[in-house]
Amino acid sequence: MNRYPLWKYLMIAVILLIGVIYSVPNFFPSEPAVQLSPKTEQAIDPATMQRFEQALQAQGLTIRASENNGQQALFRFEDTDVQLKASEALKEAVGDQFVVALNLAPSTPSWLRALNANPMFLGLDLRGGVHFLMEVDMKAALDKQIDRYEDEFRDFLREQDIKYLGIAREGDTVLAKFRDAASRDAASAALGKEYQNSLQFTALPDTNDLQASISQTAMLDIQKFALQQNITTLRKRVNELGVAEPVIQQQGANRIVVQLPGVQDTARAKEILGATATLEFRLVDEQNDPMQAQQSGRAPLGSQIYKERSGDPILLKRQVMLTGDYIIDASSGFDDNNRPAVHITLDGKGATRFNKVTGENVQKLMGVVFIENKIETKEVNGQAVKTSTTTQEVINVARIQEQLGKRFQITGLDSPKEARDLALLLRAGALAAPVYIVEERTVGPSMGKENIEKGFNSNIWGFVAVVLFMVIYYRVFGVISSVALAINGFFLFALLSMIQATLTLPGLAGIALTLGMAIDANVLINERIREELRAGASPQVAINIGYERAWGTIIDSNLTTLIAGIALFLLGSGPIKGFAVVLCLGILTSMFSAVTVSRAMVNLVYGYKPHLQKLAI
Amino acid sequence: MFELFPFNKAIPFMRYGRTTTAISLATFLFSVFALFFYGLNLGVDFTGGTVMEVRYAQSAPIDTIREAIKATGYHEVAVQNFGSTQDVLIRLPLKEGVSSAQVSEQIMGVLKTGTPDVTLSKVDFVGGQVGQELYENGGLALILVAAGIIIYLAFRFEWRFAVSAAIANLHDVVIILGLFAFFQWQFDLTVLAGILAVLGYSVNESVVVFDRIRENIRTMRDETIPDIIDSAITSTMSRTIITHVSTQIMVLAMLWFGGEALHNFALALTIGIMFGIYSSVLVASPLLLLFGLKREHMIPQESEKMEGMNADGSIV
Repeated sequence: MNRYPLWKYLMIAVILLIGVIYSVPNFFPSEPAVQLSPKTEQAIDPATMQRFEQALQAQGLTIRASENNGQQALFRFEDTDVQLKASEALKEAVGDQFVVALNLAPSTPSWLRALNANPMFLGLDLRGGVHFLMEVDMKAALDKQIDRYEDEFRDFLREQDIKYLGIAREGDTVLAKFRDAASRDAASAALGKEYQNSLQFTALPDTNDLQASISQTAMLDIQKFALQQNITTLRKRVNELGVAEPVIQQQGANRIVVQLPGVQDTARAKEILGATATLEFRLVDEQNDPMQAQQSGRAPLGSQIYKERSGDPILLKRQVMLTGDYIIDASSGFDDNNRPAVHITLDGKGATRFNKVTGENVQKLMGVVFIENKIETKEVNGQAVKTSTTTQEVINVARIQEQLGKRFQITGLDSPKEARDLALLLRAGALAAPVYIVEERTVGPSMGKENIEKGFNSNIWGFVAVVLFMVIYYRVFGVISSVALAINGFFLFALLSMIQATLTLPGLAGIALTLGMAIDANVLINERIREELRAGASPQVAINIGYERAWGTIIDSNLTTLIAGIALFLLGSGPIKGFAVVLCLGILTSMFSAVTVSRAMVNLVYGYKPHLQKLAI
Repeated sequence: MFELFPFNKAIPFMRYGRTTTAISLATFLFSVFALFFYGLNLGVDFTGGTVMEVRYAQSAPIDTIREAIKATGYHEVAVQNFGSTQDVLIRLPLKEGVSSAQVSEQIMGVLKTGTPDVTLSKVDFVGGQVGQELYENGGLALILVAAGIIIYLAFRFEWRFAVSAAIANLHDVVIILGLFAFFQWQFDLTVLAGILAVLGYSVNESVVVFDRIRENIRTMRDETIPDIIDSAITSTMSRTIITHVSTQIMVLAMLWFGGEALHNFALALTIGIMFGIYSSVLVASPLLLLFGLKREHMIPQESEKMEGMNADGSIV
């Protein structure tokens, strides 16, 4: 009656083995390491590895181990002291080509890693770092797109040879004015065909005006694109910051989560992540006097007033020669006169365009406008109000000496640092729309360490106390229940490691709580067995009935808790989600370990004694 | 057999039904009153604002810190010790005209000029909008969890059981909320997670008793429904208490050794576990009677014998 067939024991043994293998990596400490990743897509070859190693040996630093998976090189060191020195040495040696980041690498033996048995990621609350929740300014994304349409219409109508009086933005629409209805209708037909998926054109009554508005689906597309583009850009920027294992994820329709483990300098991180810097190249309006324009406050037709670094006004043509969107690479350096400069490379389309416009305008003055967007959230009458400030500054004015092409440089920057920051921003691409930080959490490294110690200790203490209680109260069955509980802990760890969950403090609390609740199933079984014994059943029958009857109750009570866990997971965010994952998995593992595993143990202890008189329960 | 709770006879819980209902009604009303009168002390997760935890090498000059921060133009600043004399918690509301993300740097700058030996352990900044969303989602989660449980129980048992369990559980939740309001303990996201866990845990309790009631209805043919319920509660009493003790041990370990970060979470669970035992036994079951549970509700037709059913109606 209380015997399992051999296959069942074997199955349990195999599952146990898997559980142990996949939970064990979590118990190896992590080692200080330095991680190198190339800025371009190139792979790291053995020769490069050798170069790194030589650079480290030149400083007299001992490498404990090194790895290279093609995308990333990793060097492990004895302690953090050597790690920091190594990081400095490598930064010096590899220069601009690689990103050097401090890392904590798991010391899991290689045969375990070969089985894909890796430890869980530790959340920021357990290892320190910064967490940002950023919101994308969708209004700005839309504005930018409307401005782009305005430019495109001009080009398009010129190409089509349709005469227009003027094209201007009006609210969320673009308004094109025409001399007569005939040219309006021609424009309407041509534009309507060109933009049939994204724009709706309406001829305004009593005038010769044509109004273009963005369709609902196109608007959603614009927002989706802005979010995706921003995620890509943020990812590039974070990589440039040299952070090991960053997290950049979409959250909801317009938010992005950025987590930077180990980062403490939030000021710099924020500067780099949040800034939307881009460049615009415009011709200088040399016909008019900027001082006069500044005094009257009115720019001549087709021009705009800008300020130079010195504070002097300057007039630039409205027409943009080139925007930052076409820039594919930028690096900082110095020009021939040893002034800080940014060397810029354009993509094919940008190069063609720039080549054409600079060719047409040789010997004219060109201004480089640096545009930076900053967004601030203010509290006005209890409402959070976003204000966006845009600073536009002409950083460089130069005469176009010759036709410019794919590569050129800009100067006029204040310092090498500024050149570096600008190069970084340009290289990482522009944000499609400004982002602003709506949530920021920083956890110091010592705090993280403390959290993990305390969380872990509380689990251990609780577990020991429960085991003591169970063994005293239920004796042999208490021992079996305790072993089942420990196995449950291993299963839970193994599952969390397999799905590569991120372990957070609420997650640790969830483990403690599920362990506490998991014993419930065993208590239900043990109590049932006692009841049956009290009612006069023989030991073997009592065990059998105890397990059978308790099963229904265990199912009902655990499934209701599981429902709660799933709802938590679906609705929760941040800490609640982490907790919910652990709760749900814990319920599943505890049902298995409390019923199947403990039954197997009971069977092995009592099932093969035909004349069993007494149970130690 | 070592038994802590050797009950030979069923304890007549249902006879005290009126008293226990009155007690739970009183605690419930007290909680509602506390919630209404004091309100929850919402943490920065829900309200938005900035919370900083800083650590000093020596014991922290609280008054100086408070003055220094006020001088930068912040009002309604809360500065307090927590954990030890070296650890200081600073709460700042959202402020007009200051980019909230820069607050922490500004404050750290101010503190460092006073005492260089200060390190930042933790900063939480949450925008007002995000806080509001979390608050609403939290409420939604609570409702959905309750709805999910009711549907499952109505499906597995009967609607009377489902509604009784849901009321008993919400009773627990309201009491936790009431105590948090009364003592003005800080209510943040982890506490909410704790409460939702209590909801799952406490229904677990009710289900175990219900399960036994259903079984007793099938096996105890000659007894009245109150007797059946008494017997079910008594025979699961031992299990109820032991399970609670073991869960409580884990939670107390969290409360004592888990540090500041887990403290309020463990506190919510502790209250939940203590009231869970009470509500599952003394709130849910009398409600069954109140809703008029009858034998026929659980045993559809005498002729509809289920497969594998014994003569006594049990399924083994």
